[in-house]
Amino acid sequence: MATKASHPNSLSKKEAAVGGYFKAISAIVWKDLRAEFRSWELISAMLVFSLLALLIFNFALELDVKTRQSVTAGVLWATFAFAGTLGLNRSMSIEKDRGCLDGLLLAPVDRSAIYFGKFFSNLAFMLIVEAIVLPVYSVLYNTNLFQPGLIAIILLGSVGYTSVGTLLAAMSVQTRTRDVLLPILLFPVAFAVLLSAVKASGGFLNGADFAEISFPINLLIVYDIIFIAISFMLFDAVVEE
Amino acid sequence: MNKKPLALKILDLVSIVLLIAATYLSIFVAPMERVMGNVQRVFYFHVGTAWVALIGFIFTAALSVIYLATKNLKWDRIQVAAVEVSVVFFLITIILGSIWARPAWNTWWTWDPRLTTAAVVELVYIAYFMLRQGLDDPNKRANFSAVYALIGGLSAPITFFSIRLFRTIHPVVIAGTNAEAEGSFSMSGGMLQAFFFALFAFTVIFIDLFWNRIRLGEAQAKVEEMKINAAY
Repeated sequence: MATKASHPNSLSKKEAAVGGYFKAISAIVWKDLRAEFRSWELISAMLVFSLLALLIFNFALELDVKTRQSVTAGVLWATFAFAGTLGLNRSMSIEKDRGCLDGLLLAPVDRSAIYFGKFFSNLAFMLIVEAIVLPVYSVLYNTNLFQPGLIAIILLGSVGYTSVGTLLAAMSVQTRTRDVLLPILLFPVAFAVLLSAVKASGGFLNGADFAEISFPINLLIVYDIIFIAISFMLFDAVVEE
Repeated sequence: MNKKPLALKILDLVSIVLLIAATYLSIFVAPMERVMGNVQRVFYFHVGTAWVALIGFIFTAALSVIYLATKNLKWDRIQVAAVEVSVVFFLITIILGSIWARPAWNTWWTWDPRLTTAAVVELVYIAYFMLRQGLDDPNKRANFSAVYALIGGLSAPITFFSIRLFRTIHPVVIAGTNAEAEGSFSMSGGMLQAFFFALFAFTVIFIDLFWNRIRLGEAQAKVEEMKINAAY
């Protein structure tokens, strides 16, 4: 993209538009990440919440060696889901409270670029938190969660969860009940992604054969595609004034 | 407020008569099921309410698309009516199913794909009303509701498939066999009569309630408009 930008005359109009679109997305992601790496308010909140959730699960479920084998995937995904709503809510509230959203909407870029920008930065926050929670869990419970299959599932699941979560968060921050509403809106819709992610992760952790986990993986992929596409199309209706 | 149309008044009466007739047919006319006994009679209303509720939900998703394309608040009012009536019918379906499941499966509830999907779908549309409650601006409310109803409608089939990861025990009475289903049966003549009559009756009742609810929504919109005019 950098080379494209340096030779604007050699580009056709369409290519320039595509370049501008990706530029707008990366500008939003960059803005979010920079703001976050200065304040750390979002990631630190998600992270501390995740660790507390692990602590509560540990005592609520008495995670001894035997139970751990069957519930690790569920504990991880419940933690990610709750921490995820925290992050999604905050990331959109910041935009709304300080009037940034209006500024973004005034920018001469396609509205869906704003959606993808927010989506990628929310995804980045969620993945950063997951990247810290996984080793912590591995150390605490003396298991190795760094398996390529599991990481791929976590990536797929997080993509699905944040894709629809970003759209719903953009809606919920504009309501009177804001913080309360996001989980209520998101959980029933994201139920399928969480369920298949738990099933697939559990399969990987317990060494099931691929035939058994290929169905939930396919479902995750289908979910990701459908919900990215639908959020991309509907984001405009959600932010228009 | 315009006067209640005659056709709707007649439909109100017809609905009441049909409900009584369907109750009579399913309790007194339909033969008793051999294995499950009288509790099987719940089935006629269970399927009847489920049928209209599910059609209502599909219709809702279509209305979302129409609203988002036209941005005419009329479609929003129709959508609320459809969702509200469907949610109530679907709740009745779930409760009736539970009443049947207690003797047939020996439990009020089980996390079977159909039951879980039903619970999730019901929650989606309850969330729909919570979303509406938090919004005052009618246009924004209509936009958000349409978006959410569409997402909810799309997620329902995926939810259903995701729970297929686990086996089902829900019987498939119409066109289908499930070897693992418990409480399955085939319908004899009298049963079929009661069954189709219940389907018909609930369809008419649904249309009647739907129509009434749309009129209520119109009245609500008018009141809102008058309040705004009075304020300025």
